[in-house]
Amino acid sequence: MDEAISSPLEQTIAAPAPGTMREFWRSYAQSGGALIGLALIVALLLLALFADVISPHPPNEQYRQFTLQPPMWEEGGSSNFILGTDPVGRDMLSRLIHGTRLSLLIGLISVALSLSFGVLLGVIAGYVRGPTETILMRLMDVMLALPSLLLAIAVVAILGPGLINAMYAIAIVLLPHYVRLARAAVIAEAGKEYVQSSRIAGAGALRLMFNTILPNCAAPLIVQATLGFSSAILDAAALGFLGLGAQPPTPEWGSMLAGALEFIQRAPWVVTFPGLAILITVLAFNLMGDGLRDALDPKLKR
Amino acid sequence: MALLEIEDLHVEFGSEAQPLIAVDGVDLAVDVGEVAALVGESGSGKSVTALAAMGLVEFPGRVRAKRLVFSGRDLLSLGDAQRRALVGKEIAMIFQDPLASLNPCFTVAFQLMETLRVHGTDAERSNAHARRVRALELLRLVEIPDPEARLRAFPHQLSGGMAQRVMIAMAIACRPQLLIADEPTTALDVTVQAQVLDLLLRLQREQGMALILITHDLAIVAETAQRVIVMYAGEVVETGPVPAIFEAPRHPYTQALLAALPEHNRDRARLEAIPGVVPGQYDRPRGCLLHPRCPYAVERCRRERPLLYGPSERQARCHFALDASGRPTGGWKPETRTAPSEAGA
Repeated sequence: MDEAISSPLEQTIAAPAPGTMREFWRSYAQSGGALIGLALIVALLLLALFADVISPHPPNEQYRQFTLQPPMWEEGGSSNFILGTDPVGRDMLSRLIHGTRLSLLIGLISVALSLSFGVLLGVIAGYVRGPTETILMRLMDVMLALPSLLLAIAVVAILGPGLINAMYAIAIVLLPHYVRLARAAVIAEAGKEYVQSSRIAGAGALRLMFNTILPNCAAPLIVQATLGFSSAILDAAALGFLGLGAQPPTPEWGSMLAGALEFIQRAPWVVTFPGLAILITVLAFNLMGDGLRDALDPKLKR
Repeated sequence: MALLEIEDLHVEFGSEAQPLIAVDGVDLAVDVGEVAALVGESGSGKSVTALAAMGLVEFPGRVRAKRLVFSGRDLLSLGDAQRRALVGKEIAMIFQDPLASLNPCFTVAFQLMETLRVHGTDAERSNAHARRVRALELLRLVEIPDPEARLRAFPHQLSGGMAQRVMIAMAIACRPQLLIADEPTTALDVTVQAQVLDLLLRLQREQGMALILITHDLAIVAETAQRVIVMYAGEVVETGPVPAIFEAPRHPYTQALLAALPEHNRDRARLEAIPGVVPGQYDRPRGCLLHPRCPYAVERCRRERPLLYGPSERQARCHFALDASGRPTGGWKPETRTAPSEAGA
């Protein structure tokens, strides 16, 4: 090639190429819902991080003379307890703020657990194929056949109730989704020529699986993990509501709901606010997941 | 001295009972520093032969060979890890579609340096700076303008020709003794094709490596190769040096391939073509594999599969190898027009 002619041309072409991150951000920010989701999640993260500083009262402190006080804008409310108090006089707002911490932690840990095991199993199934794949995938099909909450309850029944065990249970329930997704993505990628050329360069099975193929399967897994966050939070709340998750006095949203159920007629705020918190958090993660999918999925790109 | 020796290579896919025969008893030897071309239609087993030689035919495929020797080492008896170490370093391969051959997730620098980290010299394996220097040197060697910027590029930011140059750089990164180029220019523009071929040949000369060029483009072969191996339906049908094989093909298939070149059809209304297609899994003929498509086929061709006849440097798999004037020899007599196989052709 004649370098004198070609190089200036090549340089002008290369210069305006946008960075990967900026390109990604541009397509993510196109959807308003995704931005709202992201803003909510950032807010929730800040609440969780600075829960001790922000919340006006300790979450488990019982102010016995102020039981079931309504929120401040209702009659009988006071600015001391902005969202009112629960049946034993604990400040709702402080408990909700501390509950954010727990909910995010539950989401993070159960998603991290099921994502890592799911990806491991899925990559093995998709790369090795044959009987290994059949056994793994049929096992996942069996797990998918059970209603998710029922399976979670069964797992907690075996492990015993508690927050940590609830996380394990949720991780197990979420597992098949990641396995199936990872397997499908690996099968699609494994036939491509760059995998072949990597094999020719002497790459072994492990390197091919995790260094060559896996990064190319990241997009659908990231989306699924974000969406999995919301179902983990929801499942944790459900387990908490059934008394199988976080145990009192832990300020977990689901168990807060359960503990205040009998007062729903007399003091609706004790049920409304934890429910709203769950709703907003789940919505935020779903919005962000959808935005990520639009931004990361090449098939939906304009 | 032969660098790569393949003797009686068989590759089959599918069931044991009715296998798809991809490669059927291929013998192939490539000398040090030689440019050999593997030529044939799609489906004639060119690429599978190369992949089998590198031990890369995956499970449903079955590979058998009497001898598979690379640079004095028997590839058949080597363990998996040893073969990977040998093959990755001393045999390199580039493919038809350069953009698909680069991992879309990583930059050029990462992919080049990964190869060097595994197969490079001692300094390159241990020292990231040495790897970077070598990567830059390689990009300059394959004539990529502005190599510093290209190192940071992702594959989707490269053009096809640029990506093929990067692939070549990766292939020669460990100074291989043998480079297999599987249709290296098919996916490229004609002008870029010429540049990439020139580059390949220059590197082949400078590095003293052997080059196996897999292609169906006879024009490329005529310009580049010293020796041609013509394959058909998994068999070698003719071998010979350039330009002798082009001036006087001895096998009817080679003759037909050459006749189908546009350059040989200047003043005709229609391009000369070979009737029919390469036999597949269920219609592999008895006798000579070419006979349903061969203009010279006679009773003996339908009955008896020919061997490779002739001196080792000029062989043809035909009962009636063609002479210098392009006519069958060996007592060939045209059949009367009632031959039943004519209908299938």
